[in-house]
Amino acid sequence: MSILLILIPLIAAFAILARVGKAKSVATVAALATLVVGLGSAFSWDHSVWTLKLQVLSKPSIHLALGFYDGMSLVMVILSVLVLLTAVMSGKCPEGREKLWYSSILFIGAGGLGAFLSTDLFFFYAFHELALIPTFLMIGMLGSGERKEAAWKITIYLALGSIILLAGLVWLVSASGSETWLFDDLLASTISPDAQSGIAALLIVGFGVLISLFPFHSWAAPAYASAPAPVAMLHAGVLKKFGLYGLIRLYPMVSTGMQDWLGWLIVLLLCNILWVGFVTINQKRLDMMLGNSSVMHMGYIFLAFAALIEAGSFEANPIAKPAAVILMFAHGVSIALLFMLTDTIRRKTGTVELAELGGLAKAAPRLAFLFGLAGMASIGLPGLANFSGEVLVFLSGFEGYKGEGLGCVQVATILALWGVVISAVYMLRAYRQTFQGPAVDHTDSDHVKDFGPLCQIPAAILALALLIVGIYPNSLLQFLDETEAAPAETEQASN
Amino acid sequence: MESLPWLILGLPLLTAAVIHLGLKKYQSLSALVSTCSAAVTLILTLVIVSKGSDLVGSFIWASFANFEGIEIGYEFNQLARGMMLVVTGVGFLVHLFSLAYMKEDSALARYFCGLSLFMFSMTGIVLATNFIMMFMFWELVGLSSYLLIGHWYQKDSAADASKKAFLTNRIGDFGFMIGILMLWGITGSFTFDGISSFFAAGGDAKTIVPSTTMFSASILLIFMGAMGKSAQAPLHVWLPDAMEGPTPVSALIHAATMVAAGVFMMVRFFSAVGIETLGSVWGPDLIAWIGAITSLLAALMATQQDDIKKILAYSTLSQLGYMVMAVGLLDPEAGMFHLFTHAWFKALLFLGSGAVIFACHHEQNIWKMGGLKKTMPITFLTFGIGTIALCGVPGPAGFFSKEHILESAAHNGQWVLFGIAALVACLTTFYMFRLFFVAFLGDSRSDNADHAKEVGPFMSVPLILLAIMAIFSGYHFLGGYIAPLYKPFELHLDAPAFIASISAVIIGLLLACKLYWNTKEDPLAEKGAFKLFRNKFYFDELYAKLVGYGQDTVAAFIHFFDELIINGLIVGGFSRAAGGVGRIFGRLQSGNLQGYAVLFGLGVLLVIYLTVFVS
Repeated sequence: MSILLILIPLIAAFAILARVGKAKSVATVAALATLVVGLGSAFSWDHSVWTLKLQVLSKPSIHLALGFYDGMSLVMVILSVLVLLTAVMSGKCPEGREKLWYSSILFIGAGGLGAFLSTDLFFFYAFHELALIPTFLMIGMLGSGERKEAAWKITIYLALGSIILLAGLVWLVSASGSETWLFDDLLASTISPDAQSGIAALLIVGFGVLISLFPFHSWAAPAYASAPAPVAMLHAGVLKKFGLYGLIRLYPMVSTGMQDWLGWLIVLLLCNILWVGFVTINQKRLDMMLGNSSVMHMGYIFLAFAALIEAGSFEANPIAKPAAVILMFAHGVSIALLFMLTDTIRRKTGTVELAELGGLAKAAPRLAFLFGLAGMASIGLPGLANFSGEVLVFLSGFEGYKGEGLGCVQVATILALWGVVISAVYMLRAYRQTFQGPAVDHTDSDHVKDFGPLCQIPAAILALALLIVGIYPNSLLQFLDETEAAPAETEQASN
Repeated sequence: MESLPWLILGLPLLTAAVIHLGLKKYQSLSALVSTCSAAVTLILTLVIVSKGSDLVGSFIWASFANFEGIEIGYEFNQLARGMMLVVTGVGFLVHLFSLAYMKEDSALARYFCGLSLFMFSMTGIVLATNFIMMFMFWELVGLSSYLLIGHWYQKDSAADASKKAFLTNRIGDFGFMIGILMLWGITGSFTFDGISSFFAAGGDAKTIVPSTTMFSASILLIFMGAMGKSAQAPLHVWLPDAMEGPTPVSALIHAATMVAAGVFMMVRFFSAVGIETLGSVWGPDLIAWIGAITSLLAALMATQQDDIKKILAYSTLSQLGYMVMAVGLLDPEAGMFHLFTHAWFKALLFLGSGAVIFACHHEQNIWKMGGLKKTMPITFLTFGIGTIALCGVPGPAGFFSKEHILESAAHNGQWVLFGIAALVACLTTFYMFRLFFVAFLGDSRSDNADHAKEVGPFMSVPLILLAIMAIFSGYHFLGGYIAPLYKPFELHLDAPAFIASISAVIIGLLLACKLYWNTKEDPLAEKGAFKLFRNKFYFDELYAKLVGYGQDTVAAFIHFFDELIINGLIVGGFSRAAGGVGRIFGRLQSGNLQGYAVLFGLGVLLVIYLTVFVS
């Protein structure tokens, strides 16, 4: 059944390429169907119904194996279907390019969903690669600004990251001695501590490049700024979570090896938060600011991961994984919403230069409200999803602290908390500059029309998701709770 | 009964949501709905107060395996009941006052939506059962304050003030969160019950906590949250600017309730830990000093302000410093009691100033008022009551609560703090009567003041009710039953506190009489130290420089470095090398996709090769 989630967007994408029906309608219907199936699976979740396993290669033994491996997959799938639908509905396709535009969006969506649904390491990797190709294409062909340069840069970075990652994965599989590439078999096997250290390094760097871990972050902001809105939404919102998902998924296999790199990881994640935080403050354009802010916020998820590494296992720090997953979801939704609205601002006013904007709230109060909500979410205001994730991340950093001297993860958490001030600085500055103060020529009500009631539907969907998870995080945490048992058992077996 | 607190908490949120989603176009209906919601919460609170029993309830907000879970709940103990009465009481009167004060405003619905959101957030702080919940609502009051200060967001000054308020509070919250995390490590709990049972044995802190240094640090970090919200120096700079918001908002949020939340939170925290244990660590002393310094600085700055709201704002800062000092002296009863009485008379003064501003066509400079005694008799009388209550003239409520604070300083042998507190009491009388004489007495000094008319019943009734509270809330027959914490007053004519407070009032009054009775301009303006006071000790300029040269320069430098080194040289070199490889293959077919496809194909080959090779 879970293959439906991949097949629907894939088939729709091919249908669009074959000129069946009107591209936009086909894409919207397909994305809506994916959303229904995805959410349906969340509420009627049964392992046996949703699992699929087909051997496609015998040596090496590779399976097309799909299913919800645990609650983390489920949450990521919910994120993907939400962002996919809203991405299809937003942005403005240039005249005559509908085929490329909508099929690419659907391919990216299918790739992301495939990666989170795969329970075989090979397809987990391959689906993500599938999603990257249309991402590069879209930025290079239909992007704005310095699109060529941005596309080339993201291609090189991510291709290199992917190759390093692949080397790590191959080493991981061979060192484990596992017969197959299936998660189940891999997680049940053990790896010698010597090999673990090297594999861990490759995984951190490989996944790290994909997640824009400092100092491999400089591809992100220009790519997102140039990308068409749906692509920025899908990549920043969904695909970037692939790396974090992978790190957490494979973590039990290299838990000892990861500890060798804890110090480095802490330094890098703090650079993500503080260094990139300052870079973000200095941005002059709304889209570049958001791109950098998304890099910065990855640091918080790495912080939860660092807490996990220090503790040594999911049981030793039970907060870290739920914290990371909630924040991944929250960040995905909030950044997608912000990119969508920034694109709206660009189309309504013709600019995203902060110095050229002002007083937009008067002419477009609905837009101002939604942007304010998304901005507040992204700086961790309680009642919105990101806070639920961030507070759990901070708790995970102090899990095990007994009131004496502070450990390195606690010190990192304290320093990371300053990022909460930094993000408030840049977000409120941008909001102040864009929406408040007196209106200027191209932002007054003569030139700018607010969202119509229909146009705000995609934004409202994402806003609602932020509110639900913010007001009641157990709505997502319940999925994580139920499944904690299965991987934990395999991990104990491996010890 | 058990569901009443949920209603008190939920109704304002529901109101805000309904106004935002459905009633935006119906301005007066929104105003009415919001005011009714405030009235209902006041009535429900009165019901709970009259029953006088403790109520507790909660649900799990976030939980998973092997984690205690985070609760959202309520705990209606005596402290919460008294505080809720202040919040809903002042809140309702401010809603009522706003109906008239804001009736011309084009965004009335947004304004009342903000007020309801504030009522929800503030209720959450008061009822919170744990620090995480407290922190959430703590930030939410910050949001509602941000929205209301920035109500007239098209004015640059209002937009900047709201941003400043939010950011300054965020700095406080940075410490607050660290403090909560550390305390969680020390006590193993973030619920007030859990903390209280950890310290249940009482006695010296050394026997209970692993490290008293860490414990003191966590107290001070938690206090940092209070410094932001209750605007203690050096995080006080946002409160005077917050006066850019509509005046009723200043009365409710920036005088009576939200800014007092810091004091409330510290009292809630300290009563969970226990006074005896706190006495054995050094953290609270520092808190008392910060309170005293804030109180003195603010009182000095208040003496040279000309804007009627700014004078009251600095006065609020100064009184908050008093409360914080009481908390730091480990006398939470005195602090909370002063919070309680102060809420009524300061809300009265702010609404009074609102009435004056309204009548004088938005003139806020006291030197352009004058003679309002004749034209606005009700406002004059009630403002006068508020003034003597604030100054601590025996009779109205302020005297009793201020007396307790002076007494606890004397009782602790902290004579320097005692001296500061007495000096501040003297300064308070001085600047308040300066305001009173200049604005209300003498001749009118502008057309606006000349044409001022007494305000209508929607504005005068709240003034009268608040004036009644300003007089009687200090007495046992009223305060003894409804105050969050109450301390009976005992008259000792020879007590240092009594002598100091009476003489402070007399000296302050005489000085104000001598300098400001029937004057047309400030005789002290621009003279010596008074110039320093007028310019608020140049805190704002200092911070502007700090942000300009500090943060922004660092940000610009890092950005430059990021572009140059990380992007240009280190990683850039790496990627150029890779790009070169890509281009060699890409020669045949140019373009990004093909270049990538080659790399991807190489990767696939690598997989197969390595897998086969290894197995």
